[in-house]
This record gives sequence, structure tokens and C-alpha cells, in this order.
Amino acid sequence: MIALDKARKVFGQGKPNEFTALYETSLTIEADRLTVIRGPSGSGKTTLLSLIGCMTRPTSGRIHVLGREITSLPERFLTEIRRKTFGFIFQQFNLIPGLTALENVILPAYPTGERRSSLEKRAAGLFDLFDLASKARSRVEWLSGGEAQRVTIARALINDPAVVIADEPTAHLDSKLSREFMETMGRLKTQGRTVLIASHDPLVTDHPAVERVFHIRDGRIDGARP
Amino acid sequence: MAAWIERQKNVLDFTLSSLLRRKGKNLALLAVYTLLVFLMASVMLATSAIRKEAAAVLREAPEMVVQRTIAGRQNPIPLAYLDQIRDIAGVISADARHWGYYYDPVVGANYTLLVPREDVPEPGTVTIGPGVSSARLALAGDTLEFKAASGEILELVVAGVLDGDSELVAADLVLVAAEDLRTIFGPADGLATDLVVRVANPRELSTIAEKIAGRLPDTRIILREEMLRTYDAVFSWRGGILALLLFGVVLAFVIISWDKASGLSQEERREIGILKAVGWETSDVILMKFWEGAVVSLSAFLLGFVLAYVHVFFFSARLFAPVLKGWAVLYPQFRLVPFIDASQITALFFLTVVPYAVATIIPSWRASVTDPDAVMKGIR
Repeated sequence: MIALDKARKVFGQGKPNEFTALYETSLTIEADRLTVIRGPSGSGKTTLLSLIGCMTRPTSGRIHVLGREITSLPERFLTEIRRKTFGFIFQQFNLIPGLTALENVILPAYPTGERRSSLEKRAAGLFDLFDLASKARSRVEWLSGGEAQRVTIARALINDPAVVIADEPTAHLDSKLSREFMETMGRLKTQGRTVLIASHDPLVTDHPAVERVFHIRDGRIDGARP
Repeated sequence: MAAWIERQKNVLDFTLSSLLRRKGKNLALLAVYTLLVFLMASVMLATSAIRKEAAAVLREAPEMVVQRTIAGRQNPIPLAYLDQIRDIAGVISADARHWGYYYDPVVGANYTLLVPREDVPEPGTVTIGPGVSSARLALAGDTLEFKAASGEILELVVAGVLDGDSELVAADLVLVAAEDLRTIFGPADGLATDLVVRVANPRELSTIAEKIAGRLPDTRIILREEMLRTYDAVFSWRGGILALLLFGVVLAFVIISWDKASGLSQEERREIGILKAVGWETSDVILMKFWEGAVVSLSAFLLGFVLAYVHVFFFSARLFAPVLKGWAVLYPQFRLVPFIDASQITALFFLTVVPYAVATIIPSWRASVTDPDAVMKGIR
């Protein structure tokens, strides 16, 4: 599904502040499974997710997504793959204030040229799924933490992606909401989506729905379970 | 094609909601921008309309005026010159004109006193221009005093006030009878102020002018075309001076818009980051910024232009009137005839809309090419 072949990421290459966030890393994320990347802050989890999610290119090495080598693709194609294949759930919810929950959810689909009415219909289905129908027209700054989190999940799913990527999704949630979030991720997996989560929260890493855990430390994968 | 239109609609929709979310900032920008277009368009519309007006009025002027000069100054011309001019082949008519300038110490203004060829006022009466009428608060039936050459006061009754159609050049006009003019300016028997000549074929104007200059070496000949050119130059110059002053305003505006755009707020940068992270391309972000610039600049352009049109053609360009049309204490009061020149609108468009577009699109592009992973890292 997704394979990294000696992927390495260096920031500020050739400058005094050069920093290697990820050393040569090779791993495979299998389809339709819930995989977790576990590691402490600054271990390189987010960099790894950014590379997998086509948000940035590796300094060296190759990345294959759905059998396609993506490292050499121009930005336009990379964005298209990102939009069609991946749905992102960020640590900071990264919702745009001033817009309604509905507008935030359909935002990723604007450039696709799909009719707004059909986008809203699709979003309504997601709002029903996440028990948010009454909040669709509310501005996102009025939502509670749990509601905002569910809006970000709905936004991640609007383009019907094959892969859902979540970066420290429970960082701003209490235990109850964190468990609910993991239940939702488990449901997405059973629906046939690949789920990839970066976290150091035991409520995530030890959740029964998780099938594989990669350990990362100081920019290197130093173990996997099972 | 349908998908392309939907994409434009979606992005425009988001742009409008973005503009509304930053209502205060964008309204302030729109107000400054509209003011700029309003000032520029007012000057352009007023200048060209006044030039048109002046040209239309002067079209009725004589084709050729002959003046006598002594030591380079205009002097009364002998009536005997008329016969010498009439003898020249191609001349239809030659007539004397009697006129002069009169300083009125009451209002501190100069009037032009003239004996008209038709509708000459009865001796003891005058017909006055609208400027004189409003300066002296004089209407038909009132009396105006003039200081005669002898030092005595000559009282003349106002027979009527000229209408506003010809006010641009008639504001300071006082039409008098020939004997009253002589009383005011002093007797000048056998002399006129200047002579007007009409010719059969306009193409022979310069030939006839040469012949007159040959026969009467102490005269100078002024052609109507030269007067039109002079008026045109005078009003273009006035408009040019104002435009030059406004150039400073344009420059200030460009600096403001550059500053606004290059210093994209953190909120805007974060928003661009989120859009890119959720799947917007750089070109989508630039398209959004293009629509944002287009909405602001086109609204300001239309609003400013309409306001300028109303200001110039309904309120007689009150803000700039003293600079644009005043050559005396008595400003002509008249309503300009609406006239719009497509090339001027185009020039105004390029002077106002293009600098804004350039000033905003480049910094937006710079902000939009950042990697979307900045959002993943929580960089804000």
C-alpha cells in the first residue's frame, strides 16, 4: 500500500542549522489496517507522516503510494494524490475560524470542481454519521473540543480517501473523547480504509483496534509490534 | 468546462467569505481605494468635459482676428484697415470689434466689456454674464456703476443676464452699447479693439493671413485653430498639474497595498497553510488571491468611477473647480455635459487596478508556495 525505501529527511540542508529529522527509513504500511507510529516528542513522527502523506518530499530515498513512485512527481500531481488518497486529522484541529462546520468540512473538495449542492449532500451524510447534524451551520469557534475533533474527521473524509492520517489526535482530548476517537478510527478500518496514527498516548497505542505499531526514536525506527 | 466553472465558483465563494470575515480591514482598504479612483476619475472626467465644452463654444468664434501691435503690445486698430482687408480675394467679410477689460474694485474682478454685433443693448443698459450677475447680486432692472474715462460715474441699467449655456467663456462678460463703451474707455474715433475676418474657403486661411500681414505689417493675425489649441493646452495643463499631484496619492496607495499584501497576517498565512494541507494546490491559492484582488479592485473602481461621474456631471466638479476652470475671480458656474472617453477609462483602469493586482499577487504567491507540512508541524 505505502512503502518507504531508505527515505531520509533533512531540514536546512547545507546551512548552519541543518537538522536530520528522519534517517534512512524503510517500512511498509499495509492496506486496510490500523497502524500506529509511536514515539516521544521530537522523535520524527510528524516528519514521517508528512512524507507518507505527500506533504513534503524526502531529501533522499523513495516513497511508493498504491504502487506508484511519488517522490519525483511535480507538485500538481502530488497535491492531487494527497487530495484523493489521504484525509488528514491534525493535532491542532486546524479549522478555519469564521466559517461554519459545514464550510470547513467541504473546503478540501472546493478545487475538485464538484457542485456545491452535491458536496453539501455528502457532508450532511458525514454530519449524521458523527452526530453533528445540529452543528453543521455553527461557526467552528463555538464548538466544544470533541465536536471540533469530529468536524476534522468529517473534513478528512469528504474526498472519500483510502488512507486516513492522524497526527497526535488525542493531544487535546480527555480520556473519554480519546476512546471515542479510537472507536471511530476502528470503524473506519472495518469500512476498508487504511488508518495511520502518530501518537505517544497509551490510549491510542494500546487500543485493541490497533494492528501494528512502529517505534520511532531520534529519527530512526527502532522496533515494531507485532 | 462545467468542473472548471464550479471550481471558480467554489473558490470565489470562499474568497467572498474570507473578505467578509476580515470586514473591518477590507472595508477600510475599499474606502481608501475608492477615494483614489474617485479623485483620479474626477480630474479625468472634468478636464476632458471642460475641454470639450470650451472647444464647442469657441467653434462659434471668428475664423481670424486681426490685432494691431505697437512695441509688441495690442493697440486699437484703425478702421481704415477694414477696406484693405476686404479688398483681398477670398475674404467674405471684415468687421470691427469694440471691447476691453474693466476692473471692478467692488468685487475685485475684471469684466470683459464688449459691443456685440447683434442684439446690441440700448444706450444706458447692459446685458451681463452669470458670473457678473452673481458677484454683484445684480438682476434685470438693477443698476451697475462704472467709472468713466473722464472720472465720472456712469450708471447702466441691467437689461438681462446671459444664459448658462455659454458660461464657460461668458461668465465675466458685460455687453454694452458702443457709445457707453466709449464713455467708459475714452473716445477712440476711427479706432476699434480688433477686426474679425471671415473667409470663403477655410483652406485659404493661412494664405489670406499672409496677405494681411504683408499689407498691414503692424498687425498680428490670430486664427481660430490657434485659439482652440491654446485652450486645449491650458486645460490639459491644469488637468496635468492635478494628475501630477494625484500621482503622489497613487504612489502612497501602492505602498500601502504592497505593505498589506507582503505583510500577510499570521491568520492569513495559517489559513493558506491549512488550505494547502487539506489538498489545495498553489494555483488554487493564487486563484483565490486573484479573486480577492479582483473583487476589491473592481468594486473600488466601479464605485469610485460612479461617484466621480456624479461629482463632475451633477455637482459640477466642486472639489476641483477652482483649479480646473478658474481663470478669474468670477468662476463660471455651469453643468458639464456628460462625456466619457473609453481610452481614459482604460488608462484609469491600468493606473489603479493593475498596481494593486501586482502589489498583492506576488507576495501571495510567495506565501502559497510554502510546504503544507508547516501546518502538520503546528507552525503558525
